Formats: sequence, C-alpha cells, structure tokens
Amino acid sequence: MIPALAGIFFCQLAGEFLVRALALPLPGPVLGMFLLFGFLMLRGGDRQKVPEGIGAAADGLLGHMSILFVPASVGLMRYFDLLARDGVALLTAVAGSTILAIAVTALTFSLLSRRKTAKGVTKCNSPEGEAQ
Amino acid sequence: MIGSLLAPRPEVWVYLAASPLSWLTLTLIAFVVADKISIACYRHPAANLVAIAAAIIIVLLKATGTSYDTYFAGAQFVHFLLGPTTVALAVPLYRNFGKVKAEALPFAVALLAGSVTAIVSAVLIARWMGVGPQAVASLAPKSVTAPIAMGLSERIGGAPFLTAAMVMATGIFGAIILTPLLRLLRVNDSAAIGAAAGLAAHGIGTARAFQIDSTAGAFAGIAMGLNGALTSLILPILAPLLGL
Repeated sequence: MIPALAGIFFCQLAGEFLVRALALPLPGPVLGMFLLFGFLMLRGGDRQKVPEGIGAAADGLLGHMSILFVPASVGLMRYFDLLARDGVALLTAVAGSTILAIAVTALTFSLLSRRKTAKGVTKCNSPEGEAQ
Repeated sequence: MIGSLLAPRPEVWVYLAASPLSWLTLTLIAFVVADKISIACYRHPAANLVAIAAAIIIVLLKATGTSYDTYFAGAQFVHFLLGPTTVALAVPLYRNFGKVKAEALPFAVALLAGSVTAIVSAVLIARWMGVGPQAVASLAPKSVTAPIAMGLSERIGGAPFLTAAMVMATGIFGAIILTPLLRLLRVNDSAAIGAAAGLAAHGIGTARAFQIDSTAGAFAGIAMGLNGALTSLILPILAPLLGL
C-alpha cells in the first residue's frame, strides 16, 4: 500500500514539475495520470494485472471520488450575491451548454462507433463484431 | 462536570470553530448524511452526493457565520486527494486500454465535437441571456477540470474564482442530467456515456461515470484529461472569433 501511494504521489510530483518546467497547458495531476499510464504500459504484461498495490490504492481513491469535490463545491457560497443578480442567466448557460456538450459527445461517439461495428459485421461476419 | 460538558465555556466553541478538525469532520459527516439521503432516494441521479453534502455544509457555515477560508483550512485535507486520485485514473485507463484503442477514432471525433460545443454554446447562451463580458469569459472553459479552467479564464479576461464556481455547477448539473438525458437520446453504450460525462462535466462527471461501470469511468477519465488539453489549445483560438 505505501509503495503504491509513494508511486502515485511521485507521478503527481513529476507531473507538477514537468508542467512548470516545460510550461505545458495541463494541470500536474493530469500529466501525472499519463505518466503512470506510461509506466504501466512500459511494464507490460497482462492488462488485468496492475501491480497489486497500485490497483488497490487506485480503486480505493477512485471509489470515493465524489467526496473529494465537496470542499471546492462549498466554494459556490462565495458567489451567492453574484448568483442572486445574474444567477438565472449564468445557470441557464451552464445547464444549456452542459446538455448540448453531453448530447453532442455521446451521439457523435455512438454514431461513429455503431457504423464501424456494422461495417465490420457486413464485411466478414467476424465473431469480433459480437464482442461489443 | 456534566454541567460544563452541557454548557461549555465560550473558549471551547472558539477552539472548535477555529480547529481544522471540526471542518474536516463536518465534511465527512455531511457526506455520510448525503449518502443516506441518496440511498433513501433509491440512488436517483437528482439526489447528487456532492450537491447534497455541499448544501448541508453551506447551510451550517452560514448559520454559524463561518467563512469559506476557515472551512477550507480543514476541508483542504479532503481536497488535496483530488491530485493523487486524478493520477490513479491511469489504472482504469490501463485496464480498459483495449476498448479505448478499439474506439480511438469515434472517441477522438466525439471529443473534438464535444469540446467545441461546450465552449461555443456556453458563450452564446450566456451572451443571449445578457451576461456581461467578464462573466461570459469566465464561463467559456466551464467544462474543463478546475485548475485548467481557472488558468484559461484568466488568459481570456475572465475571473478565475467565478470560473471555479461555474466549473463546480457544471459538474454537478452534468452528473445529475447525464443518465436521464442519454436515456432520452437512446445512448446506452458505456463508452459513449463515459466520454460525454468526462468531457462535459470533468471530475464530477467522471465520479458519476464510475458509478455506472468501470468502462464508463475509464472513458470519462481520459475524456476529462484530453478535454483539458484540447480546450487549452482551442479556446485561445476560438476566443477572438467569439468576440472574447
């Protein structure tokens, strides 16, 4: 558990360092995610067999992801006066734009993905097409 | 002795209100209560854990006249774990890499289309609703994870902390609307649902996607990371075209 946490923290630290050193337009933890992914790929082997400790530590953190957003969300309280003034307009924009972004992403994805699968099935009727 | 426990001296309250432990504990308890409420609502998506817990805490802070800064001194220990948890997203990505690779093209096109939609629609709707230019700029990067969104907002003339607030509102709204909206649109592929959740509603959407299944979670984590990078590249190009 501790070596796994050390590895995860190290990836974040390396991410934070590289982002600053190279002036990348990414937050350190996101680069850290790609670094850990790169490490797992280089290590290779069976896809399902993530080094045990790292798998357990990651599952533990990700299983409780929702609570981690609570402190930042409480920060909304600082903008109640602004929300009282412009709230309807701002929240309409947030809601409308979020609905459109979800719809466009999901529909584009499933449309392209379905066409590809359909083509694969008509071409060779391979068992791979059924795996979806 | 029991009397002094029932009616403690004022300095006891001063200690409790100033101690980070109180606000850390409150954060955890509010989340446990939110979880019970969510279970009582049969995990209906509208009973969003983050929204309920934050609402409980805000009511208590307002009632006790506690500032956000005082609260955050305790809550930062929970907030801090966001970084390592973002790194940990590499594990589901690795486990599901076969699926991600097989869907690379639809995924990439969907991300690009969704990223542009998120920016342009936020700006146009806000302007149409009569929102001022600084608030419009603050809203433009709202679908991206908070640290990137705040930096981008500053670059195009927004207010970073207003952006952070809008990012949180977007995440909560996106997590609530995700499954009802996609059921309406008849999308039931975990990969597509996850991609949409991570792209439009960053980490809160990703947390929601993990409640669906680990494939949705994996696609959401990558969508969140890539949309952060994509928006960083696209927004500075789109901003002048949108008159920001």
